[in-house]
Amino acid sequence: MKGWAALLGRELRLALRHPADTLAAVLFFVLVAALFPFGIGPAPEALARLAPGALLAAALLAALLPLDRLFGADAEDGSLDQLLLSGLGPAAIAAAKALAHWITTGLPLLAATPIAAAMLNLPVEAWGTAMAALGLATAFLSLLGTAGAALTLGARRGGVLLPLLVLPLAIPSVIFGAAAIEAAAAGGAARPYLLLLAALVAAATPLAPLAAGAALRGE
Amino acid sequence: MLEARDLACRRAERVVFAGLSFSLAAGDALLLTGANGAGKSSLLRLLAGLLPRADGALLWGGEDALADRALHARRLRYVGHGDALKPALTARENLAFFARLHGGAVEPALAALGLSALAELPARVLSAGQKRRLGLARLALAPAPLWLLDEPTTGLDAASVQRLGALLARHRGAGGMVVAATHLPLPLPDAAELRL
Repeated sequence: MKGWAALLGRELRLALRHPADTLAAVLFFVLVAALFPFGIGPAPEALARLAPGALLAAALLAALLPLDRLFGADAEDGSLDQLLLSGLGPAAIAAAKALAHWITTGLPLLAATPIAAAMLNLPVEAWGTAMAALGLATAFLSLLGTAGAALTLGARRGGVLLPLLVLPLAIPSVIFGAAAIEAAAAGGAARPYLLLLAALVAAATPLAPLAAGAALRGE
Repeated sequence: MLEARDLACRRAERVVFAGLSFSLAAGDALLLTGANGAGKSSLLRLLAGLLPRADGALLWGGEDALADRALHARRLRYVGHGDALKPALTARENLAFFARLHGGAVEPALAALGLSALAELPARVLSAGQKRRLGLARLALAPAPLWLLDEPTTGLDAASVQRLGALLARHRGAGGMVVAATHLPLPLPDAAELRL
């Protein structure tokens, strides 16, 4: 546990020293959300109708950005060898990486959600639900993405392969997330959809690190 | 204590080496020599459990060394080609991370490789030789019975090679074993040599 906390602490400290990566993901998220009003026109009803799906898609794409370096940098400088020899299990290493990715990419996106939601004309009542849905959906993506990053480590063009591998698996989180935001915007109950989203995260929490760990060991 | 029997290694369907046998007792050192691509690094990675063996057995005290990978990992220190340093962290922070993984104290380990004065500098600004020393400082953290060193003296100046020699002598004096791949003369008196 001490080694695990040390690894997580190191990942967070490195992210603090390189804030540009986090900032890039947040700006990407806001910019993608800003593109919709330009493409669709400023009709408020049309935008509000699209807002839930657009928010989810923009957040998942933004969270994908830093994933291809999740293990790549460590593999190149020899850190990954040292981690695998640290006595921590490979699945524990992957879990720390996934959590660090969510804290440094998923959480900052939540802070930018009101900006993106305002640009998409999402009713203010639904902002809270939107943040909850994005928080859970990005957690799901961090877990899937960690497994994907471990699998594509060392593959040529791994950066292209990774989204092709991960995004199709993330579709359920888009469906439930958008449904939750839509329900909240229409004044309905968003809770069932958020619970389904939480169930996805709960299922992926043990499975994705195990898959990532198996891939890391095979390297 | 460590015994290899008929070890074989295959990478991308090519046999790198086969039928390799040796044994090491407490305090022993083994030098791996051979041309580039002969499999020195592969053998070290295989001994660390980072690379699967194609054939043969690796025994620790008579039992399969790699049956429990986490246990095997804890009894060895591996210094590979990469120094496993993060450029954005200072020398002390880099080493402190490994101290939390392996145990041991940071300051004496820095001093053992003459890095105390550089402790506050980010690893990004260290020279290649200084980075190598910082990578080697991991060896001075907490004792482990088996050291696997891949070209440990690359980029080191004479004074640093001496410091490494002192570390190696202390390690072997306490019953530790060393397997080192090298092209350069290493401060390892009466080491056996294995030509790959």
